This record gives sequence, structure tokens and C-alpha cells, in this order.
Amino acid sequence: MFTFLMHRVLVMVPTLLVISVITFLIIRLPPGDYLSNQIEELKSQGEQAAVEKAEFLRKQYALDEPILTQYGIWMGFLPHQGRYSGILQGDFGWSFEFNRPVNEVVGDRLMLTVVLNFAAILFTYLVAFPIGVYSATRQYSIGDYGFTFLGYLGLATPNFLLALVMLFFFNLWFGLSIGGLMDPTYEGQPWSWGKSMSVLSHMIIPTIIIGTSGTAAMIRRLRANLLDELQKQYVVTGRAKGLPPTRLLIKYPIRMALNPFVADIGNLLPSIVSGSAIVSVVLSLPTVGPLLLQSLQSLDQYLAGSILFFLSILTVIGMFISDLLLAALDPRIRLAGGATR
Amino acid sequence: MGNVLQINDLKVEFHVNEGVIRAVDGVSFRVPERRTVAVVGESGSGKSVVSQAIMGILPKAGRITAGSINFYDPAKGGAATDIASLPQDGPEMRAIRGGRISIIFQEPMTSLSPLHTVGDQVSEALKLHRRTSTKEALSLTEEMLRLVGFPNPNRALRTYPFELSGGLRQRAMIAMALVCRPALLIADEPTTALDVTIQAQILKLIRDLQDEFGMAVLIITHDLGVVANVADEVVVMYHGRVMESGTLDDIFRRAEHPYLKALLRAVPRFDMQPGERLVPIREIESEMGHLMQRKEPWPEGADAAPLLDVKGLSKRFSIRRAGMFGGKTGAENVAVDDVSFFIHRGECLGLVGESGCGKTTTSKMVMRAMRPDTGQITFNDRGQMRDVLALNEQELFDYRRKVQFIFQDPYSSLNPRMTVFDILSEPLIIHKLGDAEERFERVKELMQLVGLDVRFLRRYPHSFSGGQRQRIGIARALALQPELLICDEPVSALDVSIQAQVLNLLKDLKAELGLTYLFISHNLAVVDYIADRIAVMCAGRLVEMAPREALFSNPTHPYTKALLSAVPHPDPDSKLDLGALMEGRASDPRAWPMPFTINGSTRPALVDLGGGHFVRADPDGMHAVGRAA
Repeated sequence: MFTFLMHRVLVMVPTLLVISVITFLIIRLPPGDYLSNQIEELKSQGEQAAVEKAEFLRKQYALDEPILTQYGIWMGFLPHQGRYSGILQGDFGWSFEFNRPVNEVVGDRLMLTVVLNFAAILFTYLVAFPIGVYSATRQYSIGDYGFTFLGYLGLATPNFLLALVMLFFFNLWFGLSIGGLMDPTYEGQPWSWGKSMSVLSHMIIPTIIIGTSGTAAMIRRLRANLLDELQKQYVVTGRAKGLPPTRLLIKYPIRMALNPFVADIGNLLPSIVSGSAIVSVVLSLPTVGPLLLQSLQSLDQYLAGSILFFLSILTVIGMFISDLLLAALDPRIRLAGGATR
Repeated sequence: MGNVLQINDLKVEFHVNEGVIRAVDGVSFRVPERRTVAVVGESGSGKSVVSQAIMGILPKAGRITAGSINFYDPAKGGAATDIASLPQDGPEMRAIRGGRISIIFQEPMTSLSPLHTVGDQVSEALKLHRRTSTKEALSLTEEMLRLVGFPNPNRALRTYPFELSGGLRQRAMIAMALVCRPALLIADEPTTALDVTIQAQILKLIRDLQDEFGMAVLIITHDLGVVANVADEVVVMYHGRVMESGTLDDIFRRAEHPYLKALLRAVPRFDMQPGERLVPIREIESEMGHLMQRKEPWPEGADAAPLLDVKGLSKRFSIRRAGMFGGKTGAENVAVDDVSFFIHRGECLGLVGESGCGKTTTSKMVMRAMRPDTGQITFNDRGQMRDVLALNEQELFDYRRKVQFIFQDPYSSLNPRMTVFDILSEPLIIHKLGDAEERFERVKELMQLVGLDVRFLRRYPHSFSGGQRQRIGIARALALQPELLICDEPVSALDVSIQAQVLNLLKDLKAELGLTYLFISHNLAVVDYIADRIAVMCAGRLVEMAPREALFSNPTHPYTKALLSAVPHPDPDSKLDLGALMEGRASDPRAWPMPFTINGSTRPALVDLGGGHFVRADPDGMHAVGRAA
């Protein structure tokens, strides 16, 4: 078990390295960079001082170096004479667009993103699990058909549309301010009880909106898995032992059907983060989604790179967690430990 | 002596989309105390539904519509409970189920949950039916596991089913069924999925425990050999009805009903007369067409060498273990070790052995679906000797035309999305034989050859029974007019009556088309019926090879002897000597007596005993034995 853990942790290192290379290459693919674009613009306007500052920044952030060197400096493998020390040293670089360090720009937003997405996943699981079990155990009942219908409605409705509709009604019924993750009065304020409460109440809508998108698919998957498991011989064995139906259901088939459910955690994370970008724009949520979109459009490379890298780390960690849970849940994975025949 | 169970006029119906199916139609029989009653029948005869009705575990679609199932629990002084009238999942039924009546199933692989330890699953029954503490339950479970023959019961408590062999899993299943000391044990095909030597051990175990606990056993099986060995009374079912019932003697010696007589004639036996044919319950009409017969005769003298000559074939699989950095090669598993045999043209060589002994691996290497580590395979192609392992791609393509395969499982070996016509014409298309019209002619002929109606060509595999599907599989293998057919357990998934059909068909085809078979099976009686020579494999090695009569009259190797003595005969006069079985050690090469022992220090070779009879033994030791005899 320990070697399995170590193995998984060690595999994460090269995975992240490869991801960083790909990320960097992708954001460097379009010609030019933020600063040279800006320099061109400033030159045409004849603003020499600003041009000089931009040139200085280009040097500071090694944008004049060849691409491999740039990558090395960004990751912190190579030393650089400027102020910039690299990701491994905890410095994510400078956002040219916001004219602030990336750490500052992303800071709160990243935490809010993580919290929001965690809540969304939790919501997905909390809703999908009981419904999936209900649908499977009462296959072809009215309830099953009802949930299936609702599920397809959820799948077919665009998230942002649902978001707008819900915003309107929540504002009408509960007087919630439209958009944002907190009441406008708390913006820029230090964290306080009132601010936390405000964030919590504002999180309800985005959680539901982002959560429902995955729920329908999850219900279908759980239902299909469970239906498969219910056919299995060991369920009959359990019945033949005299187990009451509910205990039987929980101890054997649900336990078995959990596997794909858990394995999904890793997949769910990135799709939720990228899928929620549009919802975040519509709801003007201060998450990293809209920021990523903006930075990619303006070639703000360190900001975009850092966000992409954060998301990859999130995904890799999600995969790691689901692997751990799988190993804890399923002795076949734990004991066979990746042995193949 | 009273009865434990009395079933009167039981009727069970299934409500499915197509309408109502009466699976059990007025069945009555009894199970006396401390006795064994066997319910015999083909699949679809309703015998398993009866067991489900007794246990109250009928599927959702099934319902008892009439009749009673009276259970007289000796623990309650024989007071009657009508199981048929109890709600299936009600508390009374649950108290009986698993506590007073328990069941073991056919498939030990899937009957246990892979996620829970053996100890957890076995002790669960105890906790449900007796108010015991966890500690007490575990110690009782350990005791039970010892009784059913776990070598280390304390460790077994914490093992998972997937870590156990098939035989041990079935023992765990028996432990689970018996841990509450039920009054009645239902065994639903308890040994069908097991090898003969393991089957004999499990039957002995059930018998021993039955004596010890004083319980009644209801055994459900299609194997008349098993019935003759364990049953006191027999109930024969056909199409949901009881055809005949009575004591073992009545049934086997004074069979009256034509169905039962037919069933007895359909089972291959060791004491069959030379040339005696099995009589299937439903004969199939095979018809030879002109296209299939049009085959060039072999040139003069081409038959001098055997059709297939295999020498010193070995294959190891390495078990990879996950190391810190990717795969590290761990222990090696010898699948096939120094296997040599030959098959003459027009001959049938039977390859016998229990599961995991390397028979299928050997056949795959002959097909060149898998490369051996060492060894040589020579194929006689009309007088030209071909080194199968050195064939290039084009030659291999041609070789595949001459060697075809028939698979064990007729359900998964046919593509469910292809019509029978597509399935049968695919080999012809792959090998670019004939135009569309000729292919159609040939496919029609193939259908007639295996006794199927040409009108079935547009159907999909799911609309056929297991036996029909297996015949489609045979037709597909014959489409290219091969020289050699490798049959990998072709009848082991089929019912006895169907088995006789398919065996007769294979026998006729061999004679009429001049085919050569490598016939792989774990069933000695089947091999005895069809093979000319028999090779016995154990633990990756060929231990004995002899013409059929010589092997059965003079088995020399201890493993062959064990195998022969473990086959249950459908004859109450020659019961298995259950006490004489080598407790699970028959297939352990280190436990064989000298000069047959195979361990680190001895590596016996095949010794010629004359008359084509070979046995794997130490040559010097063998001569010593010969002198002593």
C-alpha cells in the first residue's frame, strides 16, 4: 500500500512537468507577446517613456530570450538577472494587463474558484447519488421516468440560460443582488462574518447551476452501473443469506457501483472549471474562468500560464484523490497494486 | 422418518414482455430428513426456478401462482410453514432463508462479492440469524472454514474471494451456506463449473457435512454421473413438469419414462461398445453438399509425416509487479513446459487436463496466436513440411486457412451484430474465395452440413439456442475447408442432450470430410467418445499420451489415475471412491510418487512404454519399476 502511494506521488512529478511544457507551448503558440504588441501600439502613438518602460519589462521578464530559455526561467530552472525567480520559487510572474504580480491577481479568485467548484461537485454527488439509486432500484417506475425526464431537461438547457432565469427569480423572491459572489458593499473589504455570509448566500445559484450540468450525466451513469450490479450473482447470494433488502443494497451493489462514481472525481474537476467559465461570465463571478479567457485573448502569458498550471495541478490532485479512494474502497486495486498478467 | 420439505402442485409463472411463461407447472416432490434428493433436467426445465421458489428469491417477474411448499423445520419440532404463502422479503421468510434453508450456486467466481473478505461474508449469515457478537461470529466462522477444508482458516477470514482458487471459493460458499447449520441445503449445480478432481472433493465435502450436521440436501444438476453418486432419491424434470421420480435404483435401473431413457442414452460413458453412438434426444439432420466435398486428394506418400508435429513447446508468463518506477519483472509462471505431441491426418487427439493446466495456451501456440519461448511446430501441408513458427505474413495467412478454431463459449464467440450469413461468409471474404454467388452457395451448404435450416441465414445469433450457436461456430470453422480443427472445450457449455448432438456431428464431419481434430476438454468421458489418442496435461506438462484403449485400460501416471477415478459415472453400481482422492494434491507435480515426481532435482522425460503409450517419468526409475513389476 505504501509503495502504491509513493508510486502515485512520484508519477505526479513528471506528469506535471509534461503539463507545464504543453501549457507553455500552447500560450506561446500565437505570434508575438503582450509587451511587443503594446510596444508597437505605443510607438505608433509616439509615447517614448511608456515604450521604454515596456522594453524594460520585456527584459525583466525575459521575453526577449529564446522560447526554451523562457520556459526554463518561467519554471524557475534557469536563473535570470531580473526580478523574476520562477514558479518553483513561488513567483508566478507579472500580469502585464493588470500591471500586478500574478499571485495578487489570482489570489482570492483561485480560492473562490476552488470553494465554488468543490461546492458544485458536492452538490452534484448529493443530488445524483440518491436519485441514481432510486432510479436503478425502481427501474421503469414513474419516479424513474420523471427523473430521467428532468435529467434530460437539465442536460439540454444551456447553463447560462438557467443562470439568468434563476438570478431573476432569486432577486425577485429573496432580494439577492444580481451577479458577483458577494454583495457589492463587501467588495474590496477584509473578510468578516457578514462578508462570509454574503458569499455563502451568493454561492447558492452558481453551485446549483454548475452542479446541475454534471448531475444528469452522473445520475445516468450511476443508474446504469447499479442496474448492472443488481443483476450479479453475489446479490442473489446476499438475498439467499436472508439480508433485508435495504441492507443488502447498501452493502453490496451500491458499494460496487461506487467505483466509477469515485473514479469520476478526477474527470469532473477540469470539466467543471472550464465548463463554468461561461456561467461565471454571465453571473460575473470573480472566479479564474473569465480571467483565463481574458488573459488568453490578450496574450498575457504569465497570467494565462499560471492559471492553466493551477488547473492542471487541481486535476492531477483530483485524480490522485480518486485513486486513493478507489484503493481504499476496492481491495482488488489495493492488493493487485497494478500487477498485470 | 419425516420430510423436511414437501412441495405440492407448485406452479410458477414469469410475466415478461412476450406474455406469461409457466416455468414450473404442477411440480410435487419431497425431501426426507437427512437424505439427498436430486432434481435432474436440461437447462430450461425449470429446476433452478424450483430452487428459487423454495428460497423465496424468485426474480421480480416470477410469481408462485398455485401450490404449496411446506417446510417442516426439525428445530421447531417439525411444524409446517408454507413458504409459498409467505411474502418473499418478509421477516419470516428472511429468517428461514440463509438460516434454516440455504443455497450454494454454480458460479463460485461470481457468487461472492469481490469487495468483502471471506470472513465478513461468511459471518454475516451468522450475525443475521443468531444474535452473536462479532468476535463469537468470527470464531464460529473460523471453525466452519476449517470444516470445509481451508488449510489456514484464520488467514482465510481476511482474504478476498479473488485471491482464492475456484475450488476454495466454492468451499467458502459452502461454509457460508452451512455456518447457521440449516435443516436443508440446496445445491444448484454446485460442481458444474469445477474440474473433475475438485468436483469429487466438493461432493465428498457436501456428503461429509451432511452426515455431520444431519441435514437434508436438495441437489440440482444436469449431470447424471453426479446424481448416481450422491442422490438417494431422484426427480426428473422436463419443461416445468416432473417426468419421473423415485429412488436412485428405480431411476437408473427401472427407468420408465422415455425422456429419462433418452437422457441416459445421451451421456457418454466409459463402458460404451466400440462404434456405439450416443443417441441425442433430438437428432439433427446433416447433409453433405457437393462444394464441401470438392477437395483435392493428397499426393501419394504425403501422409508419411504427421499432419502436426509439436516438439518441446514451452511458454512462460512473467507476472509484473508494480515497482516504484513502473513494471519490474517478478515471478515467472510456467504455463507450458516441454510439450511434445503429434497428430496424424484424419486422427483425433484429445487433450485433457484441468483448468489452468496449459491446454488452451498450447492450442493458441499451434494457431500461432501466441509465440512459444522455445519449441518447434511443424505442419504437413500436402507433403511439404512447414515450420509454423517461421512463417512470414503471407504464409501465415495461408496457414490460417488450414487450421481453424472452435471456441468453448457459443454465446460470446459469435458477433451479436452480424447475421448468420455474415458470420459464415466472413472467412470466405477475408480469404477472397469465390464471388458473391458462390459464397452464397457455400454458406447454404455449410448450414445444411451442420443441420441448420437455410432460412435461418438472415437471423442474428441471439435467436438461437446454445447448441445451435455452437453449430454455427462449427460451420464457420469449416467454411475454409481446413485440414486441422482445434476444438477448445466445444461442448462443455452445453447441456447433455445437446452435447450428444454436437459430438455426433463432429464425429460425422471428421469421417466425411477427412478432418483432423485437436480436441481439448476437461471431460474424460467426452474425450473417450471422440478421440483416437489421448494426451493428458497437468501443470503445463504432458504427463501421459496413449491410444484411447491403452490409456483407459492401463493408466500409468498417478495424475491420469486420479483423473480417471474422479469422474462420476452415471451408474449407481460404480460409485466414486471419495475416500481415495488425493486431497487436492493430485495436480501437484511434487506430490507425485517416484519416479513421477517433478521438483527442482528431477526432470522426468517422456518414456515410451510401447504401442504408442508414453508417460512422463524418470527413465531410470521407470525401468526399476518395470523390473519390479
